[in-house]
This record gives sequence, structure tokens and C-alpha cells, in this order.
Amino acid sequence: MPSTNPPHFSWTRWWAIVLKEIIQLKRDRITFGMIFGIPLMQLILFGFAINTDPKHLPTAIISDDNSAVTRSLISAMAHSEYFAIDTHYTSAEALAALRRGDVQFVLTITNNFTAKLLRGERPTILLEADATDPTATGVALSSLNGILQTVARREFHGALDYLARPPAPFDIIVHRRYNPEGITQYNIIPSLIGVLLTLTLTLMTALGITREKEHGTMENILATPTRPLEILTGKIAPYILIGLLQVSLILLAARYLFDVPIVGSLWLVYLVALLFIVVNLTVGIAISSVAQNMFQGMQMVFFYFLPNIMLSGYMFPFRGMPEWAQVVGDILPLTYFNRLIRGVMLKGTSLPDLTQNLWPLLLIGLVTLLAASKLYRQTLD
Amino acid sequence: MPHTESTVAMDAGYAIDVHGLNKYFGDKHVVKDLSLQVEYGQIMGFLGPNGSGKTTAIRMLCGLLTPDSGEGSCLGYDIRTQPEAIKSRIGYMTQRFSYWEDLTIRENLEFIARIYELAHRKHLVDEALEKLGLSTRSSQLARELSGGWKQRLALAACTIHSPDLLLLDEPTAGVDPSARRDFWDELHALSSRGISVLISTHYMDEAQRCHSLAYLAYGSLLAHGSAEEIIAQQHLHTLHITGAHLSTLEHTLRETDGIAQTVMYGNDLHVSSLDPLALERSVTAHLTSGQSATPIPTSLEDTFIYLMQHSEDNFDAID
Repeated sequence: MPSTNPPHFSWTRWWAIVLKEIIQLKRDRITFGMIFGIPLMQLILFGFAINTDPKHLPTAIISDDNSAVTRSLISAMAHSEYFAIDTHYTSAEALAALRRGDVQFVLTITNNFTAKLLRGERPTILLEADATDPTATGVALSSLNGILQTVARREFHGALDYLARPPAPFDIIVHRRYNPEGITQYNIIPSLIGVLLTLTLTLMTALGITREKEHGTMENILATPTRPLEILTGKIAPYILIGLLQVSLILLAARYLFDVPIVGSLWLVYLVALLFIVVNLTVGIAISSVAQNMFQGMQMVFFYFLPNIMLSGYMFPFRGMPEWAQVVGDILPLTYFNRLIRGVMLKGTSLPDLTQNLWPLLLIGLVTLLAASKLYRQTLD
Repeated sequence: MPHTESTVAMDAGYAIDVHGLNKYFGDKHVVKDLSLQVEYGQIMGFLGPNGSGKTTAIRMLCGLLTPDSGEGSCLGYDIRTQPEAIKSRIGYMTQRFSYWEDLTIRENLEFIARIYELAHRKHLVDEALEKLGLSTRSSQLARELSGGWKQRLALAACTIHSPDLLLLDEPTAGVDPSARRDFWDELHALSSRGISVLISTHYMDEAQRCHSLAYLAYGSLLAHGSAEEIIAQQHLHTLHITGAHLSTLEHTLRETDGIAQTVMYGNDLHVSSLDPLALERSVTAHLTSGQSATPIPTSLEDTFIYLMQHSEDNFDAID
């Protein structure tokens, strides 16, 4: 038998597919309109906030004053169920954890708190809150006042009776970090980027490939020397560009329509978005490898999309969700993207602090890519 | 079945040379022990009823399906281990129009030219358009073309890279007679340049135009050879009957022992049998006034109808 050169990746063939995809997209006016129509519609609809009552918010307490009063205060907070208390942080660690999003609150009690209290000097407790998601912090913050009043009434009796009468004998100073005014749009808009990329990109790649199957054109391509990698990457390449356009559109709206600040680096925003776009495209390919026709593809995309928007911390604060939902949320790409994009846009988080949410996203991308290439059939078998 | 390095392809120089191909879909045996040889430069017609496994067989030849067992080569390349090499040297035309309806005629041709990494792409595409007679309509969307034109576009697209072998799966289904004739003229022109063709069809006039034929039913190859050979192989004798009330006569003859088959062609009736004497006897016994019978050579169509009914009987027997 004649020998043959091993199959190689051909840029000409790859470009043929990219070009075809662009022409088809250009000609499909409705799809093209949707690429920009969906973001705009979502932007308008999701200007509203969704209220919930999250509990067990991780709270770092730095108490330099170990007295009956402070102990009682901490245990009262723990009992309220709004706070999950951790007292092992140092002051610097706690603030870093707040920036990473590991804790929602940092409560600091200074060493002369009890002494000042007994002298009636109205000492202060400093509560720093991660307010990027105002719904997550709002209820907990307002409950704190009630808790402190209760502690005061319970602890101060007899000779200290004078301290039990309202107003409470101390003040709480709340620092809402990252989103001082508690504006919900600050939280919603960055996450909206993720929701939109998830929906439009998985849908377009999933349908793009199943459409070729349904129209019989896939059989035509498969009967040519085109390699699977050329087909797959060629078909998704134009969508990477489209995804970046969508990101830019929302960023512009965020900046000029909703006045959401972009605290961190714009490059990081795009880096995070690019990674997320690629992950979504691999999900789309995996779906299209399984789906036999466009209708199945569509259903599977929604099957994937729903948990992503419900359990990723977009619709409800992540920490407000029951344990099982958080477990599910932990394997969803959007969960990590939400944390990353909020981190960069609202907190100005830098690359090193992003890594703990970057690698799971990378991992998910690699696993789906592996699954997709396993599922992808180069024959009609 | 273990794969063994085939030596057949080396010496004989067949464009297609496969042995014992089998394909199952689930527990359905779609292609059974198919062995087929097509010589270089030949047009082989692939015939058989719907669902007889023609499409599956063609897909195995071009690497779109993996045979469950069997071996062979296309253009000297192993169909199991060298599908990439085969794909770059063949042109495959699917049963359904499988080019992009939302691309223009030119864009479709350009896409295919790029896929085959052809040099002088623009020149080749212009040439193909010229030959198609579509130069002036090259910016029309493929969707807007009629069936006949779509099929011509498909032929132009699957030959743009000058393949050595064409695999055409019912390319002329639903195409008008004059477009079919043009199509066959083009096929013969390609064949005279040394290109081998395997074409599946249901049309007898097209079968007559092939150099050789293969008849597939229920996954089994029932006959192959030239049209004359296939007709001769079945040993059928046929009488051509004209006159009035032929359908009554047909009903009677159909039930008569020794008659293999009866086929109505408008105002003519063909009656065939394996035994010429019995045929003569039965027919003359039932002829009424105004009806006359003359012996004719058995036609290809009569032969195929016989083959198909025969295989149906066999198939039912197996069931």
C-alpha cells in the first residue's frame, strides 16, 4: 500500500471553516441581532434586585479584649445564625480574606473595649463588610444591631444596670467595603457578563455544530480531509470574538449607563472573560457532540444554563444557598467567573488573589474539552 | 476479525477493491459480506431497493463508517487505516444536497477549494463556474437553486480537486430527464479522463449507461457484472404481450406455475420464466383474441424486479 503523510493541522482548512462561519453568521440577521439584543434586554431586565436572606456568612473576629462581655457578644452573633464565626485570623489575614472573598465580614474589637464600656465611654466595634453583593450583607448587618442590644440587656444588670438601657453603651461602625452605597447594580452588572456569555456562546456553538449535522453538511465535511481539531477550533474561533464584543458592550453599559466603577485592571477583566468564553465554547462543543439535532441541543443548553444562573451566586447570594446547592455551584463555571469578575471590577483584586478562583475554571475547561474531544465523532458510526 | 495487510490492491490496480465488508447497526445486519471491485476509469452502477445498504456501503468506502469486519482498499489506500489519504483523493456526493444553502455558489466552491488546500484557488473556482454555466449567477445563494442546478453545483464542488474516484449516492434523485442526461454526459467525460465512478441509482436508463453494475438487496450483493452479464446470469425468458384486457391476463398468469414474474408497462405486459417451454405453453393457453405475444430479450428492469422479488422471498424465508 502507498504510504501517506500523517494527518496534519492545516491552517488553510482551518481558515476555510472560520471564513464560512463568519459569512453564515453575517447572513443570519436574526442570530446576529440576538448577539446584541439579548445583552441589552438582560441589562434592562436585571436592573432589579432579588432579595434573599442568606445565613452563616463567614465572619472573622479579631478580638484583643477577652472579657465576659466580648465573649457573650461573640456567642450571641454565632447563635443568630447570620454569622459563622472564625476567631483565628490576625488582623492582616482577615483583611486579605475579605479581599479574596473568603469571609464576608471582619469584626474588630480593640483591647480596651470592656474597660471603656464600664467607664461609660461608648467604645466602638468596627465591622468591615464585603458589600459587593449588598443582598448578602444587608440583612446580616441590620440584624447585628438587634443582637448587640440583646447582649447589652442580658449582660448588664445590678450595678451595671445603667449600661443596659438603650441606646446601647457602644457604637458599631460599619465599613461597607468595595460597594459603600450597597448598590445592587454593582453586583448584578458584572455577573450579567457571565450569564450572557454562558447563554449565547454555549447556545451558538451547540447549535452551530448540530445544525451541520441536521443539514447533512457535516457528512460532507467529514468526507473531506478536514481534521476534527480544524473543524472544532475553526467553528468556535469567530465566537471568541463575538464573546469579547459582548463583554465590551456590557462594560460600556456598566460604565456609562449604570455608573458601575471598574476598580481593577481592564486587562484582567478581559483575561478572565476570555478564559470564561473558551470554557463556554468547550461546553457548547461537548453538548453538540451528544445532541443529535438542534432541538436536543437547545434543550441541553438550557439544562446547563439553569443551574448556572440559579446556583452560581448570580441570582441568590452563594452563601445564602443550602449546602447541597453550594456543592453543585462549586462545579459550575459561572460560580467562579462571578467571583473573578466581581473581584476585578469592584474590588480591584490583582492576579495573585484571583488564582484560587482561576484554577477551578481552568480545570472545568480542560475536563469539558477532554470530554468533548472524546465524544466528538469523526465518522458517522 | 483481525486486520491483515491486504495485498490485493497492489497488483490488480482496482479503484475499489473490498472483501467481506460487514456492518451492523445495533443487531441489524445492514451490509453482509460485501465484496466489490471497480476498475480504474470505470463507471459502476450501484443498484438495489431502498434500504438495501447502498449508502452504508458507500460510507464505508470513504471512511465515514467503520466496517465491523472485512478489509479492502480505495485507490490503493486501506479503508481502515488510511481514511485520510482516501478522503483527499475522492469526491463524495451525498444523497441529499449537502452544501451550504446560506453560502453563495462561489463561496461554496471556494470553501471546498480551501478545504482541499488547492493552489490557484480563484482560477479553479472561476473555471468550475464557467463549466457550470453559472458565472453570472455566482453570487446567488445555493438555497435559491433548483434541484437540477443544486446537483450540478454539488458535482462541480466534489470534482474541483480532481479526484481519482467519485462516490455518488443517488445524485440524480428528483432531477428532470434533461438535467440527468447532462449529468451523465459529464460523468462519461470524467470517466474518459480516467476517473473511476461508483454511482447509486434507481433509474434503469442510468444503469444502462454504466460500464458495470452491482445489485444489492437486504445488504447482500446479489449480482454484479455488465448489464448483459447480469441479465444472462438470471436465465430468464420473456414474452412481450400487447392487446386489450392485459390486467386480467396478468392476474391469471401471476398465479400460474412456472411463471416467474409478470410486469405491466402501460399497454404492454412482460411475462418471464426460467423455463422457455412452460412460458410459451402457459401464455398461449391464456391468450384471448386481440392479444399477441412475441419473445423479446429480457430487459434489465425485468431482471432487477426479478432479483428484488427473489431476494424478498429469501429474506422472508430467513426471517
